[in-house]
Amino acid sequence: MPGLVHVTTTINGNQADFLCEPRQSLLECLRDVVGMTGAKEGCNDGNCGACTVNLDGRIVCSCLVLGVEAQGAEVNTIEGVASAEGLHPIQQAFLENAALQCGICTPGFIVAAKALLDEEPDADEARIRHWLAGNLCRCTGYDKIVRAVLDAGERMRAG
Amino acid sequence: MTTANQVLSEVEYDVVGKRPVRPDGVDKVTGRAQYGADLNLTGLLHGRVLRSPHAHARIKSVDVSKAEALPGVRAVVTAADLPFASLSKDELGNDYNRFKFLSDNFLASNKALYRGHAIAAVAADNAHVAEAALALIDVDYEVLEPVIDVRAAMQDGAPLLHDDLVHTSAMGEVSEKPSNVASYMKFEKGDNAAGFAAADVIVEREFTTASVHQGYIEPHNATAHWRADGQINVWCSTQGAFVVRNITADVLRVDVSEVRITPMEIGGGFGGKVAFYLEPVTALLSRKAGAPVKVLMGRTEVFEGSGPAPGSWMRVKMGASRAGKITAAEIELAFEAGAYPGSPVMQGATCAFACYELGNGAVEGYDVVVNKPKTAAYRAPGSPQAAFGVEQVVDELCQQLGVDPVEFRLNNAVKEGSRKVEGPVFQKIGLVECLEAARNHDHYRTPLSGPNQGRGVASGFWMNRGFHSSVNITVNPDGTVNLIEGSVDIGGSRASIAQQAAETLGIAYEDIKPQVVDTDSIGFTMVTGGSRTTFATGWAAILAAEDVKTQTVERAASIWEVPADEVEYDSGVIRHKSEELSFTFKDLARQLYTTGGGITGTASLDPTGEGNSFGVHVVDVEVDPDTGKTEILRYTAIQDAGKAVHPSYVEGQIQGGAVQGIGWALNEEYYFGDNGQMMNSSFLDYRMPTSLDLPMIDTVIVEVANPGHPYGVRGVGEVPIVPPLAAIANAVEQATGKRMTNLPITPGSVLEAEWNGG
Repeated sequence: MPGLVHVTTTINGNQADFLCEPRQSLLECLRDVVGMTGAKEGCNDGNCGACTVNLDGRIVCSCLVLGVEAQGAEVNTIEGVASAEGLHPIQQAFLENAALQCGICTPGFIVAAKALLDEEPDADEARIRHWLAGNLCRCTGYDKIVRAVLDAGERMRAG
Repeated sequence: MTTANQVLSEVEYDVVGKRPVRPDGVDKVTGRAQYGADLNLTGLLHGRVLRSPHAHARIKSVDVSKAEALPGVRAVVTAADLPFASLSKDELGNDYNRFKFLSDNFLASNKALYRGHAIAAVAADNAHVAEAALALIDVDYEVLEPVIDVRAAMQDGAPLLHDDLVHTSAMGEVSEKPSNVASYMKFEKGDNAAGFAAADVIVEREFTTASVHQGYIEPHNATAHWRADGQINVWCSTQGAFVVRNITADVLRVDVSEVRITPMEIGGGFGGKVAFYLEPVTALLSRKAGAPVKVLMGRTEVFEGSGPAPGSWMRVKMGASRAGKITAAEIELAFEAGAYPGSPVMQGATCAFACYELGNGAVEGYDVVVNKPKTAAYRAPGSPQAAFGVEQVVDELCQQLGVDPVEFRLNNAVKEGSRKVEGPVFQKIGLVECLEAARNHDHYRTPLSGPNQGRGVASGFWMNRGFHSSVNITVNPDGTVNLIEGSVDIGGSRASIAQQAAETLGIAYEDIKPQVVDTDSIGFTMVTGGSRTTFATGWAAILAAEDVKTQTVERAASIWEVPADEVEYDSGVIRHKSEELSFTFKDLARQLYTTGGGITGTASLDPTGEGNSFGVHVVDVEVDPDTGKTEILRYTAIQDAGKAVHPSYVEGQIQGGAVQGIGWALNEEYYFGDNGQMMNSSFLDYRMPTSLDLPMIDTVIVEVANPGHPYGVRGVGEVPIVPPLAAIANAVEQATGKRMTNLPITPGSVLEAEWNGG
């Protein structure tokens, strides 16, 4: 068995340290080492987006990133989207627009949508569909997800 | 953007028909919902499954000694560890084949019948060690010729999957020699020969559909702990906790009471999690290791080792008069069962002509084993394939007669009193209302806007049978209630069931806390599937609420010292006929524990009726003449929900089902190599629709109340996947002039049809 590597990183604004094998993905480290299971494994090869997290300001499939690559980085996950004050407008919009059914893809969609709306709160339907094309949902047909993201953008613009 | 989600309501209620937020919503948008893979237990081991690389092979020996010797490996199991291995053919008697098929699909004993067939499983300190151990298991295979096409499998001389599989014909004759045909069925009504003789136009065509996967994003998983006292606890992703409990007990030959299944949040199922793969195997690993074990499937395993929907071959022949009436209709269906018998060909046969009033009709079906995973249910199992054939032949009849496809369908639509080919008579149903909604819809009345475009229409049907459900409702001292149920919630059913309880009790939705519980904690409940949950478990909630009402009336009567028949329950208020005495529900709740104890309402029911739901879809496509690619320009799905308990969640079911149908029509297929191995077992190569492939999916919810349910509910999940396959093929035909009879309608197949002039 290969030796373990000590990784120091920042997860959702807090410093975090963990030990991992060099071969372990960031997804595996988050779920099995750190114990944060909000990012989901749907395919483990970067095709479904259920494991989407934000790494240094870019959304990535955490199954395609090694845990050791989180060294010195800022990782933001679904667990950090809501605050003590309550849900983020995107989360509220997902609930009120019925944008989830089984919910397994939802963390990935919310992390991805937040990255878009933080930069472009006025993103239109075409932009949203293009941005979210890396996240698979099998339940909704995307209609209500796209509407929720449009609604969330409106909420964020209104402050 | 066109925003067109309409609800055409007959009846309004206080809570039923509103759109509250689901009780599990916050957990699911914050990443805190607990799915099976998220579970962690003290001392948990991690398991993986070894699968056959061959589509058809005799297993001569399995040597696990090197795997067992690997440091970190804690248990290895094979079919030899299943009770089947130690039971003789004599002991099993008539149950032999059933039990062998059941056991063998968990772990193959003498033959691997598909690539991906489970051969052995390992539990280890972590998943990487388990994977390394799999590579150390030596399996000696004698590779056999596979058969993966349903028609090839039916030929004399085809490779046989099972040496002793015989079937019984419609006449009750048992076939003399074994074959891959596991069963055959036939239904007839009237005189089809006379009907065809009377027809002015007749269309006959053959169709094929490819194997497709349900495509749930969450892979199968199971965690099991076989305790030293014999109790087996299992946590898993399933649509039917009670069914997996019964099957686990059956295959492991233990008492049902010794197995407790806790259904975790489920990341999609669509019928595919009505089938079971991991639970007994994980339990065996746990017993051998003496510790809890979690087994996860990877995506390739999901494709190769879990149930696709059957590929099919069909022949459809229909005749009609110049007056636009269908005079005769027949369909022959051959469905792939996969490795073991049990395709939904019967359901395909009973749905095939369900939308049409037929004086004469005949349906025939064959269930055929092939070297593919044992097929599993997929949303309205069997109905989309049948509709792909029938709805295209209807379209062609309309073309030949020069009549509008919606008018033709209206002219031949089943209604209350119509008798289906296989016998049942419809109660009040809403097909006519759906077709009228299509005809009146802005989409249908707006002309197409450019070249290479086409518009297609198709109808669809599903039975929506009830089956068994149980609900308990306990009144808390502040007047809130806890509702527990056995139906796994995949798409918001905790909300739709709580709404029906709230409506019945006359209290607020927010005062009801619904929860899905384990199999020790509630009565038997059938799977979440077949569009039955909001219909049947909702009905159980209504009956449990009625039980609560009866008990509160009795309690109030005893407090007031009046006869119970002088007290009534009206919209959350318990009132004496004098009108001087009354309690609100909350008033009475506060006094329960000082006036005789708490109140729990219980209900367990098995509705014998059906929800019978119909849908009509309209789709506009544009086919690129250079690439053959079909783009969906506009889509409208119309469906009779009976009563939409939560209209947003009904719309979600309709939209999701329609998009799965779009994927089935245009992209999705299992692509097999020469040796029967799947060549596209990843989400990159098995191409499901993305947000970029689609427009908004407009919906119209028609409400023709189901007379067989207190609030008129019919169930909604199955029907929306039925029409899209044919609706899109009909639209492509209008755009290109080519009748696409084989799925999927890929760019390549469209170009090929152009080049061949077909």
